[in-house]
Amino acid sequence: MTHSALMKLSEKPWLWAFIGATCVWIATIIFTGGQGAGEILSAALSFGTFSVIVGIGQMYVITLGPGNVDLSIPATMTFAGVVSMKIIDSQNSMILTGLLIALACGAAVGVFNYGLIRLLRIPPIIATLSSSFLVQSSAIAYGRGLKIKPPPLLADFSTTKILGVPLLAICVMPLAAFMGLVLHRTVYGKSVLAIGQNPRAAKLAGVRVDFIRFATYVLSAVLAGFCGYVLSGFSGGASLNMGAEYLLASIAVVVIGGTSVAGGYSNLPGLWGASLFMFLLVTMLNTFGLSAGVRLILTGAIIVGVIVLAGGRKN
Amino acid sequence: MNDMSRPIVKLNSVEKNFGAVRALDGVDLDILPGECLGLVGHNGAGKSTLMNILAGIQTPTSGILDFGDGGTSTNHNVSEARRQGIRCVFQELSLCPNLTVTENARIQHPGIKGWNWRARARELILGHLDEIFPNHGISADDLVGDLSIAKRQMVEIARAFSIVDSDIRLVILDEPTSSLDATIADQLMAHVRRFTGAGGSCVLISHLLEEILTTSDRIIVMRDGDVVDSRPAQDFSRQTLVETMGSVAKDLHEFDQNTDSKRSEETPYLSIYPTEAHRGISLNAHKGEIVGLAGLSGHGQTDTLVRIYDRRKQYGIEMAFVAGDRQSDGVFPLWTIGQNISISSIRNLLNLGLLDLKREHELAEEWRDKIAIRTPDVNHNILSLSGGNQQKALFARAFGSPADTILMDDPMRGVDIGTKQEVYEMIRAEAATGRTFIWYTTEMDELKHCDHVYVFRNGQIAADLSSQELTEQKVLHASFEEAS
Repeated sequence: MTHSALMKLSEKPWLWAFIGATCVWIATIIFTGGQGAGEILSAALSFGTFSVIVGIGQMYVITLGPGNVDLSIPATMTFAGVVSMKIIDSQNSMILTGLLIALACGAAVGVFNYGLIRLLRIPPIIATLSSSFLVQSSAIAYGRGLKIKPPPLLADFSTTKILGVPLLAICVMPLAAFMGLVLHRTVYGKSVLAIGQNPRAAKLAGVRVDFIRFATYVLSAVLAGFCGYVLSGFSGGASLNMGAEYLLASIAVVVIGGTSVAGGYSNLPGLWGASLFMFLLVTMLNTFGLSAGVRLILTGAIIVGVIVLAGGRKN
Repeated sequence: MNDMSRPIVKLNSVEKNFGAVRALDGVDLDILPGECLGLVGHNGAGKSTLMNILAGIQTPTSGILDFGDGGTSTNHNVSEARRQGIRCVFQELSLCPNLTVTENARIQHPGIKGWNWRARARELILGHLDEIFPNHGISADDLVGDLSIAKRQMVEIARAFSIVDSDIRLVILDEPTSSLDATIADQLMAHVRRFTGAGGSCVLISHLLEEILTTSDRIIVMRDGDVVDSRPAQDFSRQTLVETMGSVAKDLHEFDQNTDSKRSEETPYLSIYPTEAHRGISLNAHKGEIVGLAGLSGHGQTDTLVRIYDRRKQYGIEMAFVAGDRQSDGVFPLWTIGQNISISSIRNLLNLGLLDLKREHELAEEWRDKIAIRTPDVNHNILSLSGGNQQKALFARAFGSPADTILMDDPMRGVDIGTKQEVYEMIRAEAATGRTFIWYTTEMDELKHCDHVYVFRNGQIAADLSSQELTEQKVLHASFEEAS
């Protein structure tokens, strides 16, 4: 019956993100008369991949429960991008070293964030926001605003497309699938889900609450570092504002993707749908040729609408 | 008041289905004015569902609720129930933890308004607390979240009995004494008698049969969603009540041939002082022992258990914890029954680092059968279970884990007598294989299963009794000593 069909649907909140993305894409190509349908999708996948990378980390953090969010993602991306690009100095031979440096930058920020949260007992939202000022300033001081070109091999890797599908997206898909498996099938993932539902019960069920939270903030920052590294390759070098748009994007893709903001329940496939949706939405509004003000209003309204639809999950 | 012989509510073949599960199977029930109606039955017999329907929280699938005054409501709801003068104290408490006692009192009484509401709400709630529970030790400005579960329960009860603008005709008490110690429970029962003596009605649900037998005028027994017996309380005895409920009563004396204390000169397996600042008597446990923690509730037993649990790495002992306050300490509300059971055993269910879903399911199935969790499918959400069955899932979580020491925080809240007996036997059997139990309980009967009992008072151990020395008088004496 329709009732059970609806039940099944509501158990898969990520579906809404894909439905939204599809609708927006169809609306766009109807407007263009079918022109550029493939190109739009290909571009959405290119840009969406970056949102997915940071979205995974943010999703794990948000799943830890109310009050947990990582606002230092943009600054971490910039920092990791700037430091790694400067050290690589456009040499192909340094690519791997650079990657490790970017990841290490992320890990350092994650450790610092959790230090603020745990040792100084600062709420995560304030801790990560304030640490992002420190991190961003470090990036400015270290990079002195110079944009250093990425090594050609890295630039090629992050911009290559195979039959219209970005190579980077092909590489990130297994990563996302793996992180989905980690969430539902490993001690670490189950611990994150348990803490998000009831931290006290989790502690009394034997979950190492502090260690898991620490690991999760580090994970988020490491993924942000990775994202900063590949984004530098993609956009011809690290710039100081390269992370800016990922503050909203990382949170929006998590929520639109069907993860519960109240914690304890998350959804990895939804990140892809939501990332595509976010990019296609902006593309659609641009294609319609609307003024900037109307575009922003519609973006906001549509995001709210999708969250209401997707957030219909009841206990 | 109404005509004393006319029922204040008449239930006519009330049925309730939750999907495929039939919770109520055509219940007929009258509740008379001035009557204390005892309601007993197994976990999942439908007691709480029936009360939820009376309180307007759930709508019956079919059947009629007749309130006499022409108010035959087919769409009975919460505000209608309040208008009819029905109040409830539920198993899962309904206070807001982030508000003070005063503010919680105000929430239920929109009638208290205007510039001086705080003072009036304070007066109202303190008045009722003083009346029901003299020397309760609760301040009206305490945040509810900071109170122990016993005190929260007291506030909830006092609030249910408080009147502002509409009369109270029926108070439903669903397991009201499950977290209260004996003295406070007696105060409540005395209040129930006063209340019904003045013409009010009460429905009292409890697994403590003594309480039901001494307080009720009439007792109804539910089994599998139906009322199977209804008689005046004096026609029942503990034995007949248990038989009617459908479980075979085991004589407690069977356990009385208590093993000699396993204590010898060997060093204890685990040892702790309840408060580091004032040492005094230490709590010791030897391997394979059942150690009981007694005393009035809220005197440091739970805190001590949590401290022992936190130090499990230091002791080098694997431990599991059975929560009594299941909402805040036990249940993961978004998970299935199976996932709730397996969480403490995941490390043993790994296959190449990944959780083996088949073995997880087998573990859940095994424990569903062992401890008789009433569910057609362990893949259903944990909240689909009745309170007592959720508690069984928490037992399964701890017993099924590899832990060799199990800490239990007054774990029998809402568990029916048949299951209790099974769990007691399970604890004995497990202890015989070398598992250690540290068991906080508010029920005197349960202390008889322990090899050694520590009585707590004001966060310290006031008495250290071996099973041979244990008597009710000694426990009470030690709990109250300083009162003089």
